Amino acid sequence: MKEAGVKAWLPSLLRLVLVVLLVAFVTNPGWFEPLLKPLTENNAPAIYNQGSLLTLTLLHLRTVLIATVAATIVAVALAILVTRPAGVEFLPLSRSLVNIGQTFPPVAVLALAVPAVGFGEKPTLIALFLYGLLPIFENALTGLTTLPANVVEAARGAGMTGWQRLVQVELPLSAPIILGGIRLSVVISLATATIGSTVAARTLGEVIIAGLLSNNLAFVLQGGLIVAALAVLIYDGLSAIERYTARRMGQETA
Amino acid sequence: MIEIEGITKRYDATTVVDEVSMLIEPRTIAVIVGTSGSGKTTLLRMINRLVEPTSGVIKLDGADNRSLPGYELRRSIGYAIQGHGLFPHRTVAQNIATVPVLLGWDKARIKARVEELMTLYQLDLEAFGPRYPHELSGGQQQRVGVARALAAEPNVLLMDEPFGALDPIIRNKAQEDLLAIQKRFGTTIILVTHDMEEAVHMGDKIAVMDAGKLVQYAKPAEILAKPASAFVETLVGASEKPFRLLSLGRVRDAVETGTAEGEAILDDASQRDALAELLWSGRPALPAKGADGKPLGRVTVDGLVKRAARPA
Ligand SMILES: Nc1ncnc2c1ncn2[C@@H]1O[C@H](COP(=O)(O)OP(=O)(O)OP(=O)(O)O)[C@@H](O)[C@H]1O
Ligand SMILES: [Mg+2]
Repeated sequence: MKEAGVKAWLPSLLRLVLVVLLVAFVTNPGWFEPLLKPLTENNAPAIYNQGSLLTLTLLHLRTVLIATVAATIVAVALAILVTRPAGVEFLPLSRSLVNIGQTFPPVAVLALAVPAVGFGEKPTLIALFLYGLLPIFENALTGLTTLPANVVEAARGAGMTGWQRLVQVELPLSAPIILGGIRLSVVISLATATIGSTVAARTLGEVIIAGLLSNNLAFVLQGGLIVAALAVLIYDGLSAIERYTARRMGQETA
Repeated sequence: MIEIEGITKRYDATTVVDEVSMLIEPRTIAVIVGTSGSGKTTLLRMINRLVEPTSGVIKLDGADNRSLPGYELRRSIGYAIQGHGLFPHRTVAQNIATVPVLLGWDKARIKARVEELMTLYQLDLEAFGPRYPHELSGGQQQRVGVARALAAEPNVLLMDEPFGALDPIIRNKAQEDLLAIQKRFGTTIILVTHDMEEAVHMGDKIAVMDAGKLVQYAKPAEILAKPASAFVETLVGASEKPFRLLSLGRVRDAVETGTAEGEAILDDASQRDALAELLWSGRPALPAKGADGKPLGRVTVDGLVKRAARPA
């Protein structure tokens, strides 16, 4: 009994500790200097000193947010389109397009995008957007095509128009699956955004790259750890939202 | 009135509904029976155009059902789908309110209607109104499905095996409720069922379908007495026929003069129930009484047995 109680709140406690550590680290990195110092050589700085970690973290999150919102809008719209009777013939085409977006390496996208749109955030956004489409599109497609048939038929039978069915029945019922796709996409983007700094986007990749260039392991580690902590926390948060939505949509969750 | 004229539905090469014509009088109940896959659901769904026929015409009160956009037509026709099809993300009250909301009724009217239907179906408003469908039993879900179909007070009601998941007691109650509603509002109902008992009890007319064809469409007594084919005969259940025939008649029509001992039976009970009571208690006769308790005479085993014989 007692053990079960511990098991239940342990994850929440760990999450809370992680949040506190993350916030403390990006706002007051100096506190952690003694921990990172042993990783440096020749008296190099242990804490990133070419910009504020907090600013970089926020910019990193902003880039991921913009790319994910854009990918979500496009992927869901595309999934809606190809699941309407009039759009079915576009299904194979949009599948291959989205797949190319995923298989084309983000680094290559960056290399191709820079000549077109210049250095900075823009090429990164393009790379993340293309890379993030697939999981959202595939999940939205699964959600919209595996709805319980007699619920959709009941909606037709009640006299809902195509639009009313989409908005009142199909999208709400597939929301948990679509959210699952968004969650995957966000986590992939959080990690991938770091390479944006190779084309001068302001992300946490800057810290890692600076570490690699000056052979400073402490920089590499702190950049990587912040990204990892963000990914874990956001993954957790979105999973919770997903479970809540699934319950609200009358679906049993394990 | 619903006129179905030469309706055919083909999927590729298979004909699922084959040249069906039938006329359903206003304010009556037509029951469709037939084996699984015989095209009952498809026929029903062509009436509200969830399925578009390959050929043929369906008229509602004289107007072709294609004269309105499909969604408007469907808002005017109640539809209880096979297996309830409740919206899992909407509460019981919201589910019932679906069509009234689509029709733009005002809030107070919707609320009153939902309350009325929930009371009718003995679903406590406080307890069940805010619940989600997965929090209900199968029978409760089915009743909500029927309530949803009735919500906008449609003139025509299509019901696809609406009472399949109900236990005999609740089913009986649901059938009586539906008959009462039908009488009160003059609704025209087309009901699909697998249960011959239900068909004989509910139907003003019974339509028997076999492999997409309408093989007989007649009053229950006629279906029982003169089945059009061996198939209908089997479906009706040869050994059950006399009892089904009796279940169509009321005690008041079988009353003879005379008296008998023991507890009296109501004149509104079915003749089948009267015979069952007689056989079970081993008596040759039962007194009959009116709803007001007035003695009317008696029913006898001999009299009922004669009535159970094949009509001339
Ligand atoms: N969309 C469709 N495409 C192809 N065939 C279909 C389609 N819908 C129904 N059918 C076929 O039409 C036939 C009749 O189906 P229908 O649902 O009308 O049967 P039913 O009499 O209602 O059966 P049950 O009693 O099992 O509900 C079946 O053989 C079914 O497989
Ligand atoms: Mg059916």
